[in-house]
Amino acid sequence: MSGNAGTGGRWSAGVIPYAEMGYWRPDYQPKDSDILAAFRITPQPGVPPEEAGAAVAGESSTATWTVVWTDRLTSYENYQAKCYRVEPVPGQEGQFIAYIAYDLDLFEEGSIANLTSSIIGNVFGFKALKALRLEDMRIPPHYVKTFQGPPHGIVMEREYLGKYGRPLLGATVKPKLGLSARNYGRVVYEALRGGLDFTKDDENINSQPFMRWRDRFLFCMEAVNKAQAATGEIKGHYLNVTAATMEDMYERAEFAKELGSVIVMIDLTIGYTAIQSMAKWARRNGVLLHLHRAGHSTYTRQKTHGVSFRVIAKWMRLAGVDHIHAGTVVGKLEGDPNSVAGYYDTLRLGKVPADPVKGLYFDQDWASLPGVMPVASGGIHAGQMHQLLHYLGEDVILQFGGGTIGHPMGIAAGATANRVALEAMIKARNEGRDFLKEGPDILRAAAKHSRELDVALSTWGDVTFTYESTDTPDVVETPVSV
Amino acid sequence: MRITQGTFSYLPDLTDEEIAAQISYALERGWPCSVEFTDDPHPRNSYWEMWGLPMFDLKDPAGVLQEINECRKAYPNHYIRLNAYDASYGRQTIALSFIVHRPPSEPGFRIDRQETSDRRVRVSLHPYATDRPEGERYGDS
Repeated sequence: MSGNAGTGGRWSAGVIPYAEMGYWRPDYQPKDSDILAAFRITPQPGVPPEEAGAAVAGESSTATWTVVWTDRLTSYENYQAKCYRVEPVPGQEGQFIAYIAYDLDLFEEGSIANLTSSIIGNVFGFKALKALRLEDMRIPPHYVKTFQGPPHGIVMEREYLGKYGRPLLGATVKPKLGLSARNYGRVVYEALRGGLDFTKDDENINSQPFMRWRDRFLFCMEAVNKAQAATGEIKGHYLNVTAATMEDMYERAEFAKELGSVIVMIDLTIGYTAIQSMAKWARRNGVLLHLHRAGHSTYTRQKTHGVSFRVIAKWMRLAGVDHIHAGTVVGKLEGDPNSVAGYYDTLRLGKVPADPVKGLYFDQDWASLPGVMPVASGGIHAGQMHQLLHYLGEDVILQFGGGTIGHPMGIAAGATANRVALEAMIKARNEGRDFLKEGPDILRAAAKHSRELDVALSTWGDVTFTYESTDTPDVVETPVSV
Repeated sequence: MRITQGTFSYLPDLTDEEIAAQISYALERGWPCSVEFTDDPHPRNSYWEMWGLPMFDLKDPAGVLQEINECRKAYPNHYIRLNAYDASYGRQTIALSFIVHRPPSEPGFRIDRQETSDRRVRVSLHPYATDRPEGERYGDS
């Protein structure tokens, strides 16, 4: 740090390095109850990494830029965050991982807004750093237990829907904008009766001039009910209740509930507090809560600056959503296989072990907080079913928007193709076959009984999106999906 | 119509050999199997009748298959499903559930609509079969 170093020790007026103010504590042993954070720091030239780490600890806890005598009115050592380790990032010159411990007392119980205002509130614009990224956090059970968490979770969702042993299937209604309510409901009906479990409003379908929310809800629920009668299965449409105010969102959610919808949807853009309010509403009313991570790539994608999605996934599991979009590996949107595996572990497991290959810096014990169902959406199709099952597993919602609605034989046929492909792959996996390797053969064999799948395979069979990922863990060569 | 509940409803009906392979998958994971039957296939009918208790100690797929076949003999005109249950901590729910037997014809569901105010319609799903008393809904038995 530049500036006038104090001459008379810790409490002289003026500016002294953060490291000397107690924010760099290489001897510190984190307590079980501490909240831990791993930051990727890129200090400005001339700033030692320990000082940069200490500055992050200071600016995300008690410090300001100069010495204040009022610190001495407090038991400040408890409230100071402590940077206890700094490590160079392999292969990335000038980048370091700084590990910082925060005492539990620094945070309000059950408040993502407070947690994030502390950890990422001020520090990201700090001049002494060229860039800063929050890579991961360890939330101790002491703090986990102050959150409601997912309103239902994976187990309850499966029991509520009566659907076991396979991923769930969904599709986002397309085109995203412009359909009238009646036309929109047609897509919902066709996709659900064809074999999907869910259809979905897109993130930007709220209540626009071409289709107001109440009209959409009425037509969509007519479609859902008709599809249930046509199949004897529980079906759902994620009715997006995202709106300008909490009052509007509650009104829309209440109406969805009254019409018998099993699920409502919100966007990440509504903010952490609104998400927590909707989580409580969803638990209280027995309605599943779907979260679309709209906007996240603005801060999750670049490797040196922002917040990793694995942290967002943790915050959202605490805040309490039943579904969250978490990447496809093989589709059109960013997602390297190892990082995505780390997100899925974070969302689904009860205890998540640290694993540098997956980008997981800490052990995370969720203390019985229910799991969140990850959603894979964006540029995926039936021909990739073996890869999807391999990378994403069974507790996941696979959403084929274009891959359903764009089917040459129609929307219901597109839905059927996806369902046949999925069931055939699950059956083959359970029979002990090497489904990743034999996937194309398994699909071709299933297509002999299903013209819908046959046509889907010949339409999209060889469509892939192979671009190098931007956001990858550091410890391994960037893997490419098979 | 064809009721599409369960893990495998969009494939051709599984043969006994294919069912046995799924049972093996479950037993290898320590998931006990159970057999259930019903003639009320409403999707909100969670509690199909139990064909005995879950087979906690049965390790042989052939034994489970035999129970399925006994149930088929006793209830040829009912739906029969096989469940595999995962009792592991954090899970404690059904892991796999699929229909292994269907009645010869499936009449499906009627939608009863009750028009209320503000364009809202209350809908209930009515299985045609449940118009008849339990046990007489699909064919003779």
